Amino acid sequence: MAAEREPPPLGDARQPDLEELEDGEDLFTSTVSTLESSPSSPEPASLPAEDISTNSNGPKPAEIILEDDREDLFAEATEEVSLDSPEREPILSPEPTPAITPVTPTTLVAPRMESKSIAAPVIFDRSREEIEEEANGDVFDIEINVSDPEKVGDGMNAYMAYRVTTKTALPMFNKNEFSVKRRFSDFLGLHSKLATKYMHVGYIVPPAPEKSIVGMTKVKVGKEDSSSTEFVEKRRAALERYLQRTVKHPTLLQDPDLRQFLESSELPRAVNTQALSGAGILRMVNKAADAVNKMTIKMNESDAWFEEKQQQFENLDQQLRKLHASVEALVCHRKELSANTAAFAKSAAMLGNSEDHTALSRALSQLAEVEEKIDQLHQEQAFADFYMFSELLGDYIRLIAAVKGVFDHRMKCWQKWQDAQVTLQKKREAEAKLQLANKPDKLQQAKDEIKEWETKVQQGERDFEQISKTIRKEVGRFERERVRDFKTVIVKYLESLVQTQQQLIKYWEAFLPEAKAIA
Amino acid sequence: MMLQRCLDDGPDFLSEEDRGLRAINVDLQTDAALQVDISDALSERDKVKFTVHTKSSLPNFKQNEFSVVRQHEEFIWLHDSFVENEDYAGYIIPPAPPRPDFDASREKLQKLGEGEGSMTKEEFTKMKQELEAEYLAIFKKTVAMHEVFLCRVAAHPILRKDLNFHVFLEYNQDLSVRGKNKKEKLEDFFKNMVKSADGVIVSGVKDVDDFFEHERTFLVEYHNRVKDASAKSDKMTRSHKNVADDYNRIGSSLYTLGTQDSTEIFQLYCHIPLFYFSQQKIEARVSADEDLKLSDLLKYYLRESQAAKDLLYRRSRSLVDYENANKALDKARAKNKDVLQAETTQQLCCQKFEKISESAKQELIDFKTRRVAAFRKNLVELAELELKHAKVTGIYFCFHFRQLLFHRIIEVGLEGTL
Repeated sequence: MAAEREPPPLGDARQPDLEELEDGEDLFTSTVSTLESSPSSPEPASLPAEDISTNSNGPKPAEIILEDDREDLFAEATEEVSLDSPEREPILSPEPTPAITPVTPTTLVAPRMESKSIAAPVIFDRSREEIEEEANGDVFDIEINVSDPEKVGDGMNAYMAYRVTTKTALPMFNKNEFSVKRRFSDFLGLHSKLATKYMHVGYIVPPAPEKSIVGMTKVKVGKEDSSSTEFVEKRRAALERYLQRTVKHPTLLQDPDLRQFLESSELPRAVNTQALSGAGILRMVNKAADAVNKMTIKMNESDAWFEEKQQQFENLDQQLRKLHASVEALVCHRKELSANTAAFAKSAAMLGNSEDHTALSRALSQLAEVEEKIDQLHQEQAFADFYMFSELLGDYIRLIAAVKGVFDHRMKCWQKWQDAQVTLQKKREAEAKLQLANKPDKLQQAKDEIKEWETKVQQGERDFEQISKTIRKEVGRFERERVRDFKTVIVKYLESLVQTQQQLIKYWEAFLPEAKAIA
Repeated sequence: MMLQRCLDDGPDFLSEEDRGLRAINVDLQTDAALQVDISDALSERDKVKFTVHTKSSLPNFKQNEFSVVRQHEEFIWLHDSFVENEDYAGYIIPPAPPRPDFDASREKLQKLGEGEGSMTKEEFTKMKQELEAEYLAIFKKTVAMHEVFLCRVAAHPILRKDLNFHVFLEYNQDLSVRGKNKKEKLEDFFKNMVKSADGVIVSGVKDVDDFFEHERTFLVEYHNRVKDASAKSDKMTRSHKNVADDYNRIGSSLYTLGTQDSTEIFQLYCHIPLFYFSQQKIEARVSADEDLKLSDLLKYYLRESQAAKDLLYRRSRSLVDYENANKALDKARAKNKDVLQAETTQQLCCQKFEKISESAKQELIDFKTRRVAAFRKNLVELAELELKHAKVTGIYFCFHFRQLLFHRIIEVGLEGTL
């Protein structure tokens, strides 16, 4: 993707393009006009200085991407770097910060024209790819494929083993290309480990695909029908997407468990992931307890950003679920349409056979053929609808659940901090009482306890701030990923629509003369 | 609002386009001697009133142009009078129009009314409009079916002279033909059973005439296959409608998603597919409409092929009667008893059989011509409309693609497809 973007010329050479953009006719009057801002006059208001600071929502990449590639790069690059620097260093070449620090965020942002001329020469010192990577967000040189599902064993103890192939140039891995065999519970085990380690400090850990007892039982029992092959394929694709999302995360990529998962040939069996195991039941109990706690925690939200975001995620969740349900209905109906079209095609062919007028007979047979071909198209479209849209929506619904989980962790963190404060207060009161009661030995203990809890309060506050900061960053990342994922899927989907359309035209064009030829 | 007008006692006008529905099924020559059409129709709670309009230069009628109001039962009465008339045994009796059936549509509207509280105002209005459109479509179709029947009769050289037909057209009072009561319906049922049983026996008789033998084999097979094709076409229509509805729903969801979202780019990525989904919806609807037209055509020829089969049955029946009369005559001559009577009977049977054979041949040839013409017209129209829509959609898609590329919103990967 990086290679396809040609380096934009600096300065005035750009201007004609911008004007073209402005004058070009567009049909999207409603959407584009709202998003289109005149490129030649800079709009400081659109990128207020506060966007760059850590307390903000995160900038609006939308307007920027629309207008000019170059502005896109710069704006995103600057905010990426300023927020991420500590984590970034081990992964990218350690150049970023020096390039930006000479120019303060405010000057970079306010009049956009100026920013171009100031930042441009400085940033261009770094390689083009690096800037692209940062601008696109988290594009690391690692590629994961999940393939070759193989059934291992027999009966109810059977399982599917998948081949996980990694291709990478990252130095932290031993080789450039390697593959291992993993089973579904291994993936769940990985997720479980990552979630335990990272979710409570605010990282959005991508969720693993769901278990399906029905689906797996069919496979175990050995039914070789289309629904079980479909199930296995669906699962394989889901596992691949899961791993790809996980490795895209800069922090998770560093995790040793992940590396072990990708690299080592033998992996200890993750028994705790079984639904009916002791650990499984414990998980269920914890989940229930969490749910109850959530209801009782009434957090004093000092930061409107979090409240706003939580509400947004709620809305998004609802909308996505609704959309997902509609898309699944579409997939189902398309399959029905395909079956009915095929049945009609056969019936029309039969009718054509019995018709004794030659030209009409031929035309009816042709109609049957056209309908059959259209049926094929319907099937392919259903495939596209399903794999592209439906699965993506399913993934995002699960991701949002993870996001909500992270917000909940923040609440718990806050609660812990508050509790520490309350305990501290109690200890102080106890100490005061002891002072009055004049018990020196207990007094010392009380003073020690106070010290201890003061530390805890401070730690609590730090933790809370840290998780808040991490969440902001993670949410920003999530939003970018979301846009990118949807964009990719929609583009592919539209591509398939166009192709289907072209085929349809061809088929009907071929049929028309046959129909006209009926004398 | 159309619905209200339909349900009220107000007039309902049929456009020129609707008259065209008639032409889809039957390619008829209309001539100045007798022109019949249904100029108006009115739907009341449980019945439909058709205004039958006649223009004629024939001396049989008192005026040159006149109209009467008729209901479905009167059409059936007319049809049955043709079937029962021995003189018309040698003709394909134009199939009776199906009974107007708004039950399903009414039920849906009722359900919608009950569920009004559970959906948003827009959803409700939209669904109501759609159901009303469906109701209207069914209404137009039933009018077309009744009109086709009358036009077929008017175009038939012999049937158009029928006295009952003239009464039907001209008598401006109620014909007082009530629908069949239960007893009569039961009688009909038994009659049909006997007829089918008889038909099986009679069809076992091999025909001397190659033409009729071929026609019989052809019609039996054709009839069954048309039945099958029409049923499958119906299923296709339903599926297309379902898909269209799904696209509609997805479109609304995407719209809500886009407008509520904070990220502007995400808004864009919701609005782009929106256009495509609405276009897809339109296309699915068009397909459903076309399937429906094809279904209607197939159903009509199902009925006509049945009428043709009935004709063949009548001919076979008269052949059997003729052969029986021959045998009876031989017997009578042998016994030398009631010879004259047997001779008369035999002569009558012979005449009847020959008369039927002669007209049947012509009728079956005409049937084929009509059938081929109707199918041709329908198939050409089907292809043209599908093609037109596919092109419009294709252009629409490609045009938007160019726009999007132009605005550098979508990456370069798609240029190959344009």
